[in-house]
Amino acid sequence: MSRRSRLAVFLVGAAGVAALYLLAVLHAPAFGTTTHPMRDAAVRAALAHATANVVSTVNYDARALDTLGEETLLLASVVGAAALLRPTARERETRGAHEPVHVLEPVQLAGYLMLPITLLIGADVVLHGQLTPGGGFQGGVVLGTGIHLVYLTGRYRALENVRPLRVFVAGEAVGTAVFAATGLAALAGAGFLANVLPTGTFGTMLSGGTVPLLNAAVGVEVASGVIVLLAGFLDQLHRTEAAA
Amino acid sequence: MTADVLVVVALALVAVAGTAVVLTHDPARQAVTLSLSGLALTVLFVVLQAPDVALAQVAVGSAVVPLMVVLAVRTTRTLAARHREQKRT
Repeated sequence: MSRRSRLAVFLVGAAGVAALYLLAVLHAPAFGTTTHPMRDAAVRAALAHATANVVSTVNYDARALDTLGEETLLLASVVGAAALLRPTARERETRGAHEPVHVLEPVQLAGYLMLPITLLIGADVVLHGQLTPGGGFQGGVVLGTGIHLVYLTGRYRALENVRPLRVFVAGEAVGTAVFAATGLAALAGAGFLANVLPTGTFGTMLSGGTVPLLNAAVGVEVASGVIVLLAGFLDQLHRTEAAA
Repeated sequence: MTADVLVVVALALVAVAGTAVVLTHDPARQAVTLSLSGLALTVLFVVLQAPDVALAQVAVGSAVVPLMVVLAVRTTRTLAARHREQKRT
């Protein structure tokens, strides 16, 4: 593609985006007023299914189909990245010894101290998705990233021990499958991904019907996805350094 | 009124941090400015009362993405150093 045709394609796309953006902005309710039609609809939906976190109602109940799309997208990108980062035949022969690296003691201490706290916060954010801000995605990212605090202690082996990769490759698939299966199970009742479970008492742990279940599924999937993704990058770095 | 001041300050912070990312040329240093810009966005989302988005932003924008950048930069630099050495010998 020549420079000129690339520019032409860009201009066509940019004109379309600009037109739609202008239309959207012109018709949007004014910023900072008290009229919020979408909020009113979302709050009504949240109260109907006893989900205290209105954002979770939108993400895991009313628009759960969109979230399934996002989860599939994440799965696809992790699979794609893992395929790109896989070791070549020559790289596989040079297995590095993974010598412990010297790390400053305060950094090591920070790693050991923060690890349990971060994992606890991550689990808390996943499990309270139906009640407080956060949910499966946010908590999953915290869990998947938090486990890498072990890496701060300078021992790659220790990280490999706390995250058996095979388990998380499976977790990634199982999380997505549970989400889809919950949706399919609801087909017997009201329709795909409909909130068919008893919604419980507003503001308690077991409220929101399928919302906590879908949150947990997404939490497992996202945490596993982040771990598999970062493992791909870390392994490549260690293979490269071992060969150098 | 105070809420408006907070929004303006947070927006200014995002603009400054974003500009800093663009003006940082070394990708390894850019990971740090990118992380700070993620934090600025987090503050903006909190001020705009969107804690769910803020949580996602702080986890992905300030931790996962800069970490991937740092790891990728280090890998490519190790590879480049090895190629230079091979050429010399």
